[in-house]
Amino acid sequence: MSTTAATPAIETFSLTKVYGHDNTEVVAMKDVSLRVNRGEVVALVGPSGAGKSTLLTAVGLINPPTAGRIVIGGQPVMEADRAFVDLRAFRRKHLGFVFQKANLIPFLTTVENVQLAMEINDASSRAARSRAPELLDYLGVADRADHLPDALSGGEQQRVAVARALANEPSLILADEPTAALDGTRGRQVMELFRKVAHERGAGAIVVTHDHRALDVFDQIYEMEDGRLSPSQLNKPNQQPERSVV
Amino acid sequence: MNLATKDIRHNLGRFVLTTIGIGLLLMIVMGMGGIYKGLIHEATLLVNTVGADLWVVQGSTRGPFAELSRISANLEDRVRAVPGVASARRFVSYTVQREVRGRKLRLVVTGLAWPEDRGDWIPLVAGRPLRQAHYEMIADRSLGLALGERVKLGKEVYEVVGLTKGLVGGGGDGLGFFTASDAAAIQFDVPAEATRLERAARQARLAVSDLGRVQPLLRNRAGGPASGLPALARPQVSAVLVRLQPGANTSVALATIATWPDVSVYTTHQQIDMLIAGMVDKARRQLGLFRVLLIIISTIIMALIIYTLTLDKIHDIAMLKLIGARNGVIVGLILQQALLMGALGYGLAYWIGTFAFPQFPRRVVIEMPDLLLLAGVVLAISVLSSLLGIWKAMSVEPNKVLS
Repeated sequence: MSTTAATPAIETFSLTKVYGHDNTEVVAMKDVSLRVNRGEVVALVGPSGAGKSTLLTAVGLINPPTAGRIVIGGQPVMEADRAFVDLRAFRRKHLGFVFQKANLIPFLTTVENVQLAMEINDASSRAARSRAPELLDYLGVADRADHLPDALSGGEQQRVAVARALANEPSLILADEPTAALDGTRGRQVMELFRKVAHERGAGAIVVTHDHRALDVFDQIYEMEDGRLSPSQLNKPNQQPERSVV
Repeated sequence: MNLATKDIRHNLGRFVLTTIGIGLLLMIVMGMGGIYKGLIHEATLLVNTVGADLWVVQGSTRGPFAELSRISANLEDRVRAVPGVASARRFVSYTVQREVRGRKLRLVVTGLAWPEDRGDWIPLVAGRPLRQAHYEMIADRSLGLALGERVKLGKEVYEVVGLTKGLVGGGGDGLGFFTASDAAAIQFDVPAEATRLERAARQARLAVSDLGRVQPLLRNRAGGPASGLPALARPQVSAVLVRLQPGANTSVALATIATWPDVSVYTTHQQIDMLIAGMVDKARRQLGLFRVLLIIISTIIMALIIYTLTLDKIHDIAMLKLIGARNGVIVGLILQQALLMGALGYGLAYWIGTFAFPQFPRRVVIEMPDLLLLAGVVLAISVLSSLLGIWKAMSVEPNKVLS
């Protein structure tokens, strides 16, 4: 599969998020427009409190914006805090999440964590049992399939979390500092994994990161500061965003 | 994939301990119902077993099981004359507490109308019914007496010739069957000096009465045993038991006897109702209230446990919501755990009860309708107790994962 496809995995138009009212008002995100194509992996960098996580949760449909529009896979999903779809069902079918902590269900084995995500999306138990080990194998943790999350290293847990995020072949993967708890080598492995997954499976990926050592694996890098999004100076000449940000 | 069982497996120790606690509570609830049913069973056992259609008792009283009832023993002759009556026999019942072999013996003395009633209807587990007019008794095993054992009651010694099992009175004391005259002898046993004084007083009363003047020969009898003075003696039996002829109209016989001003008459059904209303009603209400309290306590404990288990999983529940799990998956996780806890607790309660209840001093009767009712209650409290946890789970936002 090509590294970028023409179809946008997600587009946002002038997303704004304001917390509080009057004197307590805080603008966490201001007029953020972004386009990530299928097969494209995008990094979001910036200082703490810049609004990266706010953007990620907004496009992850768990923290509605105050204003702006979100289109995922060509389908309008939200306009301000008005949803056009059943958000939970949409997340289930089209989005994959990875966080700083793997957030695996502690009472399920590795393979069951992946299976569960499939079954939640109406896959039959038999199909889920058959596909989950394949995904773990793809991410190199097949030998840990029957272990509980506690028995896995941080890197292995993150791989399982990625496997779970991929379980329903999402069109968009959202990752919030997925390597923060990992050492440099393992952190880079996970970042490369996102690139591999995005390129090979045709999913768009937005990764919030502070880890500048692995930025070379991304197709595009954006910076957020004071709630505003802009292309990063860290982009290499060939890492130019297709769409300018406002 | 069943998340509830997976979670239980992961927190097995806590789940097992909680279930044991719930099970013990439910066992007490089950036992309370059983004790109440046991009270009714024991209270009505004799009335049901003795095989009478009508009970003739002292006028304006509610019978020997509710209060003191004394009627003349020869009333049975009058009853036999009532149309439709097949047989009538005297019946004596009262509780005594004596000392046998250095320990307290509390028994319900039950007098049978010798020779018509030899106790052939009594369900024996060993020995035989009464075969002589005096000095034999049939004892319940709960009294701790052995077959062939000789027991001194009053001035006489009685040999245990038959044994019953589980035949107790309303107070839970074992029944002892004697002939009616032996029962009266035990009941009215008084010190010799008291007997002499009573006989002398009786002779003195007779001497100044018209009867004594008309029939001076009675003076000798007045100085003898009271049982030899049918006209002058005190009432000697508690009730007269009436058996009707097959096909006889109960209400007609009842109405006939009810016209006699000196007695009251009840059907066996009425006698049982009076027993339950009089002896067991307060116990029933007390046990019922206690059961309700225990059920409320069980519900609160289960709710707290389920709520705590839910709180422990709140991050996982937020994650489930984030990845798009339907509410049904999350509700199912909590509800199934509550139901499983309730069901296992119920099973445990029943299992422990089968060993524990027979060791209770009073009979505990567990009947299927009560078991089904309690199962329904457990189902209801399981659902009720999960509501708090479900409410908490439903209110958590998926972005809680990020915190």
